[in-house]
Amino acid sequence: MNDRQVLVLAEHADGAVRRVTGELLAAASRLGVPAAVVVGTPGTAQALAAELGALGAATVYAVETPEAGATLITGEVSALQAAVTAAGEPAAVLVAATFDGREIAGRLAVRLDSGVLTDVVGVALEGDEVVTTQAVLGGSYQTRYRVTRGVPVVSVRGNAIEGAATPVAEPAVVPLQVAADPTAPRVLETVPEEAGDRPELGAAKVVVSGGRGVGSADNFHVVEELADVLGGAVGASRAAVDSGYYPHQFQVGQTGTTVSPQLYIALGISGAIQHRAGMQTSKTIVAVNKDADAPIYEIADLGVVGDLFTVAPQLAAALKARRG
Amino acid sequence: MDIAVLVKQVPDTYADRRLTGPDLVLDRAAADAVIDEIDSKGVEIALQLTEKHGGEVTVVTMGPERATETLRKALAMGAHRAVHVLDDALAGSDALQTSEALAAALRTLQVDLVVTGNESTDGRAAAMPGMIAERLGLSAVTSVRTLEVDGGTFRAERVVEGGASQVTAQLPAVVSVNEKVGEPRYPNFKGIMAAKKKPVTTLSVADLGLDPARVGLANASTQLVEGAERPAKSGGRKITDDGQGGQAIADFLVEQRLV
Ligand SMILES: Cc1cc2nc3c(=O)[nH]c(=O)nc-3n(C[C@H](O)[C@H](O)[C@H](O)COP(=O)(O)OP(=O)(O)OC[C@H]3O[C@@H](n4cnc5c(N)ncnc54)[C@H](O)[C@@H]3O)c2cc1C
Ligand SMILES: Cc1cc2nc3c(=O)[nH]c(=O)nc-3n(C[C@H](O)[C@H](O)[C@H](O)COP(=O)(O)OP(=O)(O)OC[C@H]3O[C@@H](n4cnc5c(N)ncnc54)[C@H](O)[C@@H]3O)c2cc1C
Repeated sequence: MNDRQVLVLAEHADGAVRRVTGELLAAASRLGVPAAVVVGTPGTAQALAAELGALGAATVYAVETPEAGATLITGEVSALQAAVTAAGEPAAVLVAATFDGREIAGRLAVRLDSGVLTDVVGVALEGDEVVTTQAVLGGSYQTRYRVTRGVPVVSVRGNAIEGAATPVAEPAVVPLQVAADPTAPRVLETVPEEAGDRPELGAAKVVVSGGRGVGSADNFHVVEELADVLGGAVGASRAAVDSGYYPHQFQVGQTGTTVSPQLYIALGISGAIQHRAGMQTSKTIVAVNKDADAPIYEIADLGVVGDLFTVAPQLAAALKARRG
Repeated sequence: MDIAVLVKQVPDTYADRRLTGPDLVLDRAAADAVIDEIDSKGVEIALQLTEKHGGEVTVVTMGPERATETLRKALAMGAHRAVHVLDDALAGSDALQTSEALAAALRTLQVDLVVTGNESTDGRAAAMPGMIAERLGLSAVTSVRTLEVDGGTFRAERVVEGGASQVTAQLPAVVSVNEKVGEPRYPNFKGIMAAKKKPVTTLSVADLGLDPARVGLANASTQLVEGAERPAKSGGRKITDDGQGGQAIADFLVEQRLV
């Protein structure tokens, strides 16, 4: 076991720790002693300390200013940099592989002159070294990488790390000071995405996606109803998003969300290579398409050549009937 | 306002993309090399801004000899000049090294704005804009869907996981564009002909004053331990809906214990 600290940038909203932070702390516990870095308004770290401890953080570094959240990114980078100094020689710094997280990781890597590993799906300590696993080029290759310079800065994909760290009853809360960045971009207004009742797309065990074949925004209720019977999330192809049928945040694929559920159902999606890049690692794939030659069938465990407007409602009804 | 746009040549996402060699680097021969779609959108936004506010667009790439094709494509769209960071010693650079070389190239220009894609389709680091901003001491607004410049400041709508925000910052700055920022224009015949005469400056490791002991695969800050291709998923059963297609899927899901 490594007794070096592993720093995790904690994500939080509305007084609670985000799920991905628990995953990061679990990953950290495989590399050393997990420590959380909290950036927030005064009092935030103390309020989250018990929850972070329960998720495995032995130390909580608190970087608090009334300005937190009002500017972009560099506050988090400076906080992590200060925590790296305070921790001595941390074994690694872990952040979530979101757009913000990957920007933070990149900037921190420049400041520390360290190697950065992106969107990792697994971590391990080999000898004294952090080795990460990545699924690249749409999941068609699996690679393992190490960092040869500086403190490894690693962004970790959400929903990829399983297990949990050993809880810590009372983590030490260590305040750190960082200088404000007067030139940082200012956030004037934020409109959060509506979460709704469905599971988060990237984390869902079942995803039902609609493509251009769905034909209109109104018709998307066919996709939603099937998703709801299965307790799944709704996804969309880029063609469906660009046609205005469904919002952008639900796009699955090369330039959208990568999903890897137990079950993926594609309705009216041709199966372009860029769509497959975001879903081909799903355990079971079912496709419904009018065109018997659609490429989606090359990777579908079950393909039904037919009209989605008759097949999907029949499937939903059969599942409902089965449940009674 | 003068703008630099970073453009990257990538293997076409429509092709079967591969890694190759002991270090599993991109196999540039396996797929057609194209301008990354997101970067052509970056060029488009920059052209629109200079059409409105005046100034010129310089496109910048780092890549092998044939990456000039990508520069010519951007020049044909209307960019005014190009910079090609070209040196065999740079092959196999990782993100830390790439950002160092690109930042050095950008320092040779005087621009008010640096535009990049939010995420390349091959490396997908989504880190270059922030890393370059860090090196140049500029602020960055990443993943923007709209961008409006007003004198020395700009306003952008930024879209990331969890929501969208309105952001304001000072120029000079780095901005990365989101794929929903708008469609790129197609180069016309006149543009393609004009592109052939536009200036392309080539910069080597020595020209950029980079330390030869820090560049290239051998000096990378990240290193492959091992890697392999994952077996491709293959298709299973395909049936034609005879009026019972939905029921057939339900039976399959039950049989697979998925419901
Ligand atoms: C750089 C780049 C990035 C990209 N990123 C993504 C991405 O992230 N995600 C993504 O999805 N795409 C992406 N694409 C786009 C991709 O190439 C395809 O254009 C897109 O996936 C097509 O979406 P689709 O299958 O819904 O539409 P289409 O290809 O038009 O297919 C519609 C299908 O619906 C079927 N159909 C029509 N009516 C019915 C009916 N009533 N019942 C059953 N079937 C019906 C048709 O037979 C057809 O197969 C990207 C492209 C590029 C170049
Ligand atoms: C499959 C794969 C995985 C990789 N994983 C890692 C990793 O984990 N860590 C690591 O350090 N490196 C990694 N690399 C190498 C890294 O992708 C390259 O160094 C790359 O040039 C910069 O990263 P990016 O393209 O992913 O940048 P991104 O930050 O995703 O690119 C955003 C934008 O930056 C600009 N840009 C990026 N590269 C160039 C360029 N060469 N010329 C001009 N503009 C450019 C473009 O505008 C682009 O749209 C990986 C490469 C591959 C192919």
